[in-house]
Amino acid sequence: MPAVVDEQLVRAHALAAAVPDPEIPAVTLEDLGILRSVHREDGRVVVTLTPTYTGCPATQVIADDVRRALSDEGILDADVRLTLSPPWSTDWISAEGRRKLREYGIAPPAHAAPAGTAVLRFVKRPAPARPDPADVAAGTGAIACPRCASTDVERLSEYGSTPCKSLYRCIACREPFDYFKPY
Amino acid sequence: MTAPAFHTQYVLRLADNALVLGQRLSEWCGHGPMLEEDIAMTNIALDLVGQARLLLSHAGRLEGRGRDENALAYFRDEADYRNWTLVELPNGEAAHDDYALTTARNALYAALAVPLWEALARSSDNELAQIAAKSVKEARAHFRHASEWLVRMGDGTEESHARAQAAIARLWPYTNEWWAPDAVERDAAAAGIGPVIAELKPAWDATVDAMLDQATLARPADVSFVSTGKLGVHSEHMGFLLAEMQSLARQHPGATW
Repeated sequence: MPAVVDEQLVRAHALAAAVPDPEIPAVTLEDLGILRSVHREDGRVVVTLTPTYTGCPATQVIADDVRRALSDEGILDADVRLTLSPPWSTDWISAEGRRKLREYGIAPPAHAAPAGTAVLRFVKRPAPARPDPADVAAGTGAIACPRCASTDVERLSEYGSTPCKSLYRCIACREPFDYFKPY
Repeated sequence: MTAPAFHTQYVLRLADNALVLGQRLSEWCGHGPMLEEDIAMTNIALDLVGQARLLLSHAGRLEGRGRDENALAYFRDEADYRNWTLVELPNGEAAHDDYALTTARNALYAALAVPLWEALARSSDNELAQIAAKSVKEARAHFRHASEWLVRMGDGTEESHARAQAAIARLWPYTNEWWAPDAVERDAAAAGIGPVIAELKPAWDATVDAMLDQATLARPADVSFVSTGKLGVHSEHMGFLLAEMQSLARQHPGATW
């Protein structure tokens, strides 16, 4: 017997996945990796999202946007849930998402530091090692200017326009840019 | 769901610490010593209030009396708040906000929050473990920010060194509250909910000693004073903090925008 495809569920997934982030509209929820699942429970469509930062003001807006995107297409009673576990990481941002961030003018995040990494960092940071081409291709390597791709950059402010970004400046082209912090 | 009282109390302490420190840091909004730090303090406050919202909601469910995050934040009185006295102290003396004091408090607090959240990520309380696994990422960033600044101040000018040293000396006695276990902590530890805070002292000492050393600051001598905020007995500053935080919600119950 062929598997029955739940067409409304497939459509619901596509609609939720395409919802843009309210603060960085260049990327979708799927690009950011915050859409965890879309499934059916007692006949109802259930969309599960994971919040980014615990205090991120966009979280509620995102849940409302998903509900609206689905109801606009006739899926009226979707249940949008938030799950904390496993905790979201910027490592979940897709390669496509990283490309879009860069084109939008935001340097994509380097790999998140593994748990247990010493957080004390008082010594002068060594000059950046030559970036691994694989990392550069995946957008996960050294912080690179989204305009000229130089890795000769400096941090101006650890906290920027939103909780998830830092403000940097490119030494090569002198342009300031936002950096999506590893989380 | 009604959990044992010690369970609710343990979670409430975590929630109130995050909420009250978040409230203090949000007082810097528009008053930071420079734009970058003004933004940093409000962002860190946002993280802490976000943690508090999750923890208060959880505490409300454990308590089983139908109180949500807003009921717990805005409609509890001073004696029902269970935060450490350290986090309720003003940002400065006599209305003169002191960024060294804020920086030193953030560093001392986050140096404990990191190992505490790491331990809580293994809690037998699954919801608490999930909140901890997220919060530890934020606590690491908060510690990095505060400790880098404390080193810059301590190892900076004569003025910045003196003020950083005075800030550490002023706050140091209030850390004693962490190392004074009580029945809530012991019962919670026995149930696998979370550690007795004093067990984290070796880790905290190592982190703080390394930081003070880098900052060329002296570790203050230990004193016998023990504050009692976690028991609901607060300093004279707490009432003013709550008045500012709660007055709007109490004048307009249920208000939304």
